[in-house]
Amino acid sequence: MTPRDLLGAALRGLSANKLRSLLTVLGVSIGVGAVIVLVAVGNGSGKAVQSRLEAMGTNLLTVSTSGGGGGFARGQAGPSAQQYALTLADVAALSDKNLAPDVASVAPVMTTSGTATNGDTSYTINQVIGTTPAYLPATNTPVGSGQAFTQQDVDAAARVIVLGQTTASELFGRAQAAVGQTVKLGAVDFEVRGVLASKDSTGFNDPNATAIVPISTLRATQAGYGALSQIVVQAAGKDRVDLAQAEVTQLLTARHQVPADQTSPFRITNSAQILQTSQDTAATFTALLATVAAISLVVGGIGVTNIMLVTVTERTREIGIRKALGARRRTILGQFLIEATLLSLIGGAAGVGAALIVTRFQLAGVEPVLVPSSIGLALGVSAAVGLFFGSMPAHRAAGLRPIDALRHE
Amino acid sequence: MSADALIDIRDVTKTYGAGETAVHALRGVSLRVDAGDYVAVMGSSGSGKSTLMNILGCLDVPTRGEYWLDGNNVAQLSEDQQALVRGRKIGFVFQSFNLIPRTTALANVELPLTYAHLRRAERRRRATHALELVGLADRTDHRPNQLSGGQQQRVAIARALATEPRILLADEPTGNLDAQSTDEVLGMFDELNAEGRTIVVITHETEVAARARRLVRVADGRIVADEVTR
Ligand SMILES: Nc1ncnc2c1ncn2[C@@H]1O[C@H](COP(=O)(O)OP(=O)(O)OP(=O)(O)O)[C@@H](O)[C@H]1O
Ligand SMILES: [Mg+2]
Repeated sequence: MTPRDLLGAALRGLSANKLRSLLTVLGVSIGVGAVIVLVAVGNGSGKAVQSRLEAMGTNLLTVSTSGGGGGFARGQAGPSAQQYALTLADVAALSDKNLAPDVASVAPVMTTSGTATNGDTSYTINQVIGTTPAYLPATNTPVGSGQAFTQQDVDAAARVIVLGQTTASELFGRAQAAVGQTVKLGAVDFEVRGVLASKDSTGFNDPNATAIVPISTLRATQAGYGALSQIVVQAAGKDRVDLAQAEVTQLLTARHQVPADQTSPFRITNSAQILQTSQDTAATFTALLATVAAISLVVGGIGVTNIMLVTVTERTREIGIRKALGARRRTILGQFLIEATLLSLIGGAAGVGAALIVTRFQLAGVEPVLVPSSIGLALGVSAAVGLFFGSMPAHRAAGLRPIDALRHE
Repeated sequence: MSADALIDIRDVTKTYGAGETAVHALRGVSLRVDAGDYVAVMGSSGSGKSTLMNILGCLDVPTRGEYWLDGNNVAQLSEDQQALVRGRKIGFVFQSFNLIPRTTALANVELPLTYAHLRRAERRRRATHALELVGLADRTDHRPNQLSGGQQQRVAIARALATEPRILLADEPTGNLDAQSTDEVLGMFDELNAEGRTIVVITHETEVAARARRLVRVADGRIVADEVTR
């Protein structure tokens, strides 16, 4: 029997009971589709978390004093809070390439809030950040229109400001219109140098409801000369984040004379660590989804087995006739195995097709990202399931003596 | 009878089941049939005729005794070789037609040719020819459930003839047919025998047995008479 004859016989067998074949195919396709879609959803949510974290800035270390910048350290009296307050001198020390060779750039951060006005329009800015120009690249905050302020502006305590998207549009209607205008922050006039590019939200706060000014200006006009809220440190490379963290810890401990027996009063968050943690979480999530999907694939496989069992039992007499007419064991086996495999493969292909369509849409707020290997895996497993589960009843049928098959009722 | 008979069964017994409930369908049957012979087998119901025919057709194996077919001991043939013998040397016409349901007459007749690895065009040609022989050239695309009993039996005969087997085994081929169809089938058997094919036919009807050259009578699992009638 040529392969074409075998295929023809298998197709005739399947089409003899169309509804049953269709339902079996449906079972397999749901299994295969579920595997691909759920893995894509898991993968997509992992990717989304990753890109959000990358938007926050990579290789980023954020240093703050435990218990809040400038406040009282927990369990400490006033003088020690003073002792551990972060200062511009710390920033200068961390910027020293000899003391901290793995640090690329350092920026001081002081935050306050304030109301900005443009004529009759006023807007309360949650976060007015005083810093240096190094802050923008370190935190991955590009300027959208206009320019950033410069080191000269910092040195001169120039009254210039860079607005976040939300702040700019609240005050000036259109974000771009803000550049070159003047806003009043508190009682002081600032010239708008630029507007930040829009940022995706990483939490509950709107990251675009900000304004950035030179730290010297902020101290002179708004916040006074208290401690820094944070120091933002960018490591020199992805693989040097841990080294940089160690250097920062060591330097600050030495500079602030932290006793050896005391836990560090400085809190350093490491963006790479957060990224790693959330990637691990995403991987667990994906594995969980894949397990659920794999179960449905197995259920589909059991469906194929069941149908093949019914088919073989129902057609035992036919098998007897075929054997009486000279069909060999492997011809019978081949016919039923091809039937089972066809069921699985057609189901698999339908499942892949459906999955390709479904993954074009957002699912539960996640943009699914296809994993090509999951398609191959799901198809392979469905074919294997067909072969494996189909072979059992097929073997039983092919092994019958012709007369026993013929006498079957 | 020559020493190298086509069919040669020696002291064959067939027992179904075991112990108290055992049924002795054949109790020691020996039979030799030469190539080109035309044998009718008669006997009362339950005497073991179908059992004997199934063994001759390599569909069943004897409990004891030997079956030599065309010089080969069938018990020593592998499963695949037995399939080959069934496909190439023997044409079987069953008492109950045994056509494959939901499959056209033509496809049914083509089936043994497919298993004999014939090419598609050749299969089509031979199957069509066999259906013409049995007078069903206009029913090739009908399924078994669209055919009358007599037509189904003729499709079954066409299927048995398609491979041009040396031996035609027929188990009550005219049991379901009217006088006219019976005549047609018997006429076909006469022609096949005239071509040199060996025919063994089981029957209850004396007019069928009368066409054969030799009549074997079976009773209670034994051959009780074996005579040349023509
Ligand atoms: N599979 C089986 N299991 C048990 N007993 C069987 C089986 N097949 C046949 N028999 C018994 O063997 C005996 C012979 O049966 P067989 O079919 O050969 O009879 P037969 O001569 O063909 O009868 P009929 O003319 O009615 O077709 C019967 O008694 C029957 O009951
Ligand atoms: Mg019988």
